[in-house]
Amino acid sequence: MKDGVSIELQDVWIRFGDFVAVREANVHIDGGSFFSFLGPSGCGKTTILRSVSGFLDPSEGKILIGGKDMAGIGPNKRPTALIFQNLALFPLMKVWENITFSLEVQGVGKAARRKRADELLDMIALTGQGDKLPSELSGGQKQRVAIARALCAEPDVLLLDEPLSALDLKLRQHMRTELRQIQKRVGITFIYITHDQGEALTMSDSIAVMRHGIIDQISDGEAIYDDPATPFVASFVGENNVFRGKVKSIDNGMAVVATNRTGDLRCRIGTAALGNLQTGDDAMVFIRPEALSIAADATDAGNHIKALVINEEFEGLAYHVFLEGDAGKEIKMSITNQGKARETSMNKELVLEFNPEQAIVLPFGELASE
Amino acid sequence: MKSKGFMTDFFERNGLALGLYLVLAVGFWLVILIILPQLSMLDFSFRHHLPPPEMGGPKDVYTLEHYKFLVLGAQGSDASYNVVDLGVFARTLFAALFVTLLDLALCYPLAYYLGQSNGGGFVRVLVLLLIIPYWVNEILRAFAFRIIFGDSGVINEMLMSMGVIDAPLDFIRENIALYSGLGYAYILLMIFPIYNVIESLDRNQIEAARDMGSPWWRIHWRIVIPYAKPGISSGCTMVFMLSAGALAAPQILGGPSSLWFTQIIYQWFNQGGNWPRGAAYAIVLLSVCIIIVLSMMRLFKVKMGDLGK
Ligand SMILES: Nc1ncnc2c1ncn2[C@@H]1O[C@H](COP(=O)(O)OP(=O)(O)OP(=O)(O)O)[C@@H](O)[C@H]1O
Ligand SMILES: [Mg+2]
Repeated sequence: MKDGVSIELQDVWIRFGDFVAVREANVHIDGGSFFSFLGPSGCGKTTILRSVSGFLDPSEGKILIGGKDMAGIGPNKRPTALIFQNLALFPLMKVWENITFSLEVQGVGKAARRKRADELLDMIALTGQGDKLPSELSGGQKQRVAIARALCAEPDVLLLDEPLSALDLKLRQHMRTELRQIQKRVGITFIYITHDQGEALTMSDSIAVMRHGIIDQISDGEAIYDDPATPFVASFVGENNVFRGKVKSIDNGMAVVATNRTGDLRCRIGTAALGNLQTGDDAMVFIRPEALSIAADATDAGNHIKALVINEEFEGLAYHVFLEGDAGKEIKMSITNQGKARETSMNKELVLEFNPEQAIVLPFGELASE
Repeated sequence: MKSKGFMTDFFERNGLALGLYLVLAVGFWLVILIILPQLSMLDFSFRHHLPPPEMGGPKDVYTLEHYKFLVLGAQGSDASYNVVDLGVFARTLFAALFVTLLDLALCYPLAYYLGQSNGGGFVRVLVLLLIIPYWVNEILRAFAFRIIFGDSGVINEMLMSMGVIDAPLDFIRENIALYSGLGYAYILLMIFPIYNVIESLDRNQIEAARDMGSPWWRIHWRIVIPYAKPGISSGCTMVFMLSAGALAAPQILGGPSSLWFTQIIYQWFNQGGNWPRGAAYAIVLLSVCIIIVLSMMRLFKVKMGDLGK
């Protein structure tokens, strides 16, 4: 087991001609942690990873690995190993040769390489399959060979570019757990790229959420989910009901927002917006489907949303109720299935309530497009 | 597929009319244009060289005379082997091999570059620049080479004006003009098969190898070349066969003292009027070339089907 090596991006800009792919990225990644970059397609995740592995030089700014500036150091000299989106196994080499290619480069003899390959094959539960060609393996097995090949070089940092995206759902979930276990076992820093928020939330110690080249928020999964920094993060990670309005009053970290359709809502100001949200500002209120419930007492004032049920879905664990919301958008409410009779029915007008602590106000901003 | 048999399947897929056309066209091409002429040459090579009236007469029997002549020389000569012809034969094969390796060395980097760059405008221009010179016919190209490699040609003039040499170099006598001409003539046949294969090589494999610390030569040795092997062997086979069988370039660019084996064959057919002997020589050239190619393929573990790539 190694001590993890930390990574630091300082004011990193990456441009392709006039196009800015990464804008002023400042990231600190703790040694030995599992760090994810999460964002929609084309937001610059791969670009960041390529700059860490050395295939791309940042246009501005610095990349430090273990405190050392990586400027001018090529990919073959960096203590990183990259697992490609399509794995990029060498099709004409046997599995064991694939795994130990980095040792071959270092001039390690064949017997020693074979021995190391067998150890790694044991680790990835492919004992005895070293003499196959990659084309003779299943998708999940190829995946594990790619991981073993990267680990064989004993890198300080493992970089993974959406390595699970080609797998089917079951295998993907299985490999998530496996990856996390491998990371704990070897103790090196993992930087993981994904556009799948579930993947990022379940595996990571920290997550950076990106939107076309900009990093909106870096924190652990709970903070990303419960206390999003921007409307983009709030709408990209998990599901969220959005209500637009104007800030009416502010006191003690809470704000009352006058919404167009649902009246005044009292909610918590997002941590990132504390201090820069003023009375009269355009704002957005985010309430998770699971934070909504049917009001126990519909008569008292405030924090009530009145809406018509237009659809219902039963999912086993919960049932989802869709109500007519703002500007043609649906409001979604999820109620945990506790075996009780449902209080909802089609075309019924409901009064919903929520805990103000679970509703977040943020300054008006861009949402993730569906 | 198995149960129905290849032919039924073939006709069902292409329809009767198209299927029939394909079978007839390929059959015609194979039988009339390739097999029959070669068979008649083979037949010729085993016959005596007879004046026309005696053909088909009692003297017209099969003989190994011409093959013997190539190996042993004229009966009653002092040498026990046909040193001249065999020497030319061996030199031709070595020179063809040399031209092949020269083309491979020149074309591999170019094909790699073409195949791995993103196929942008620049690459298309480069490919066009490679193709356009082939619109110029072979004879004209060969004579153009003769001129630039001549005593007062561009190359000698340039070298002399730069002070590298005092007197013009005899590129023709040294066969440099010949090797350049042959090498140039078949460059495309080497580039395109290699380019085709390398184009389909996943770039990430190269980056993965680089990421694992591999220097560039090992990337080529372990990843690119094994992958490109079918293209390389296909290119080498064509260049070798065509160089060994070339006639115009050696005729025009060859030095006065160095004959190409095809020139000897040509002489037997034409000046000598001895068709059977020419046929025998040509058959030997063809067979030996095929044997060389097949043994090379075995040596480098290339499958026959790979040549079609
Ligand atoms: N070599 C390049 N030249 C020009 N533009 C590029 C280049 N590489 C990437 N880009 C652009 O940079 C942006 C970010 O690309 P990147 O590959 O980092 O996206 P990504 O977040 O990894 O997306 P995905 O999830 O689809 O893989 C894209 O808009 C892309 O078009
Ligand atoms: Mg990507």
